[in-house]
Amino acid sequence: MLKIKNINAYYGKVHALKNVSLHLKAGEIVTLIGANGAGKTTLLNTLSGIIPTASGEILLEGKNIVGQAADRVVSLGLSQVPEGRQVFNPLMVEENLELGAYLRYRAGGQRSEIAADLERMYQMFPRLKERRRQAAGTLSGGEQQMLAIGRALMARPKLLLLDEPSMGLAPLVVQDIFRVIERLRSEEGTTILLVEQNARAALKVADRGYVLETGKVILEGKASELLENKDVQRAYLGRDKKEIWER
Amino acid sequence: MELLNQVTQFVISGLATGSIYALIGLSFAIIFNSTGIINFAQGEFVMLGGVLTIFSLNVLHLPLLAAILVAVAVTTVIGLVFERLAIRPLKNATPLMLIIITIGASILIRGLVMLLWGKDTQALPAFSGTDPISVAGATLLPQHLWIFGVTVLVIIGCRLFFNHTISGKAMRACSFNRRAANLVGISVGRMVLFSFVISAAVGALAGVIIAPLTMTAYDVGVMLGLKGFCAAIMGGMGSGLGTVLGGLILGTLESLGAGLISSGYKDAIAFFILLLILFIRPQGLFKKGETERV
Ligand SMILES: Nc1ncnc2c1ncn2[C@@H]1O[C@H](COP(=O)(O)OP(=O)(O)O)[C@@H](O)[C@H]1O
Ligand SMILES: [Mg+2]
Repeated sequence: MLKIKNINAYYGKVHALKNVSLHLKAGEIVTLIGANGAGKTTLLNTLSGIIPTASGEILLEGKNIVGQAADRVVSLGLSQVPEGRQVFNPLMVEENLELGAYLRYRAGGQRSEIAADLERMYQMFPRLKERRRQAAGTLSGGEQQMLAIGRALMARPKLLLLDEPSMGLAPLVVQDIFRVIERLRSEEGTTILLVEQNARAALKVADRGYVLETGKVILEGKASELLENKDVQRAYLGRDKKEIWER
Repeated sequence: MELLNQVTQFVISGLATGSIYALIGLSFAIIFNSTGIINFAQGEFVMLGGVLTIFSLNVLHLPLLAAILVAVAVTTVIGLVFERLAIRPLKNATPLMLIIITIGASILIRGLVMLLWGKDTQALPAFSGTDPISVAGATLLPQHLWIFGVTVLVIIGCRLFFNHTISGKAMRACSFNRRAANLVGISVGRMVLFSFVISAAVGALAGVIIAPLTMTAYDVGVMLGLKGFCAAIMGGMGSGLGTVLGGLILGTLESLGAGLISSGYKDAIAFFILLLILFIRPQGLFKKGETERV
């Protein structure tokens, strides 16, 4: 589905991604964990064509998408749910969802299909239906996250990138979000790249995981193995905090 | 009673010019919302609307409606070309650089029109005669009705476009958060182009409907542009009702000031309001919060 080979990205002189390679198979949930500033968002943005890739290859279903404009990437089946949700606050909930299907409208897609997808989103997220005529900015954080996910799904992506969907949400809401992620895979067969700081929850839903540190992949493996990995536990799972101090 | 009639008269003509300011204000706001720049060539679109209509009428001998359509269409194309040639190539320009470019473009357009057309002031015939209509002791010109009617139609048209078409919604989304818009596949460059096209068309239309009342010449865009800018500032640069009200208030105050105090104050009033608002309420007179944008 997705194969990233040795990509590098820079902000001016800052080398933000250093020879990062990773891959996802169709139907997989893969998580990318790492501390703040590790380069997770940068990686997703290079995939989405928002930050230029200096070198390396990004193969989406075998096609190199490096250098493609962001709108082209979406039309190729890769959608991102950005960090901090970034819903369109002044627009109604329903308008946000419609804009998720913007390229389908532009491509002359069937209105009835788009309307059916909208209904599907409302079934998946009933709260959004109740609030369909409200400005997105008036929603709670959890609802906005659902909306951001729904908006991305309206493009019918084959691959969904989620950037810290649990950020800043109450524990119960976080549970809801992770349940949605599991449903997306089981019911829709969506392939998901999940970026998280909440490493434990992410590794529990994921099949495999990668650990990013200062722009480099330092570890990769099955999610269950990473959960057991001593370094991962120490650095990202909040166990044995003392040992971090002792180091 | 005499005074009351006079005031009614001033208010009517004030609302008519105010409508024009409102339209020009909207055209400023549309570009500002999608690009963050103030297009100081906006007044030139207004001037082109009037001048090109007179040209089509007198030189090409087109009927009035066709002349208007040609003028608006040509101005729209000029807006499109302007964006393609002057704005788009400068992807990483700062807003200040872009603003300077729009000022340069306005000087260029004005200069070209002066060369091709001369410095003469000309009038466009009123659309349906000049027989005054009596209303509450004051007189209304048929052209006033045209101005009110076209303004209302343009405002309704803008609302329909921004609230009920996918492109309009995309433009609003883009003006709120470019990156998120980009991530759903909206091409920001395309939205910027749209905004120049719509804005040029609205500006040109304003120039057409005002031309029979105030005459037109190569340099009318300067003052009309500034008044429209003032209306947009009063409305907090939103492309909604605030700017429309701003234009109407400005037009009315101007007309009352000129009529009751001295016509010498007419233009000064706009600048006084502009400065006052920039100092006291830079967010605009009616702005409630970000959810009200657009
Ligand atoms: N717009 C930017 N300009 C300059 N440096 C940036 C920018 N965005 C991120 N960085 C730097 O790149 C690194 C990776 O950031 P980011 O990808 O946001 O990390 P993460 O998402 O893992 O928290 C950090 O060191 C950050 O300071
Ligand atoms: Mg991040």
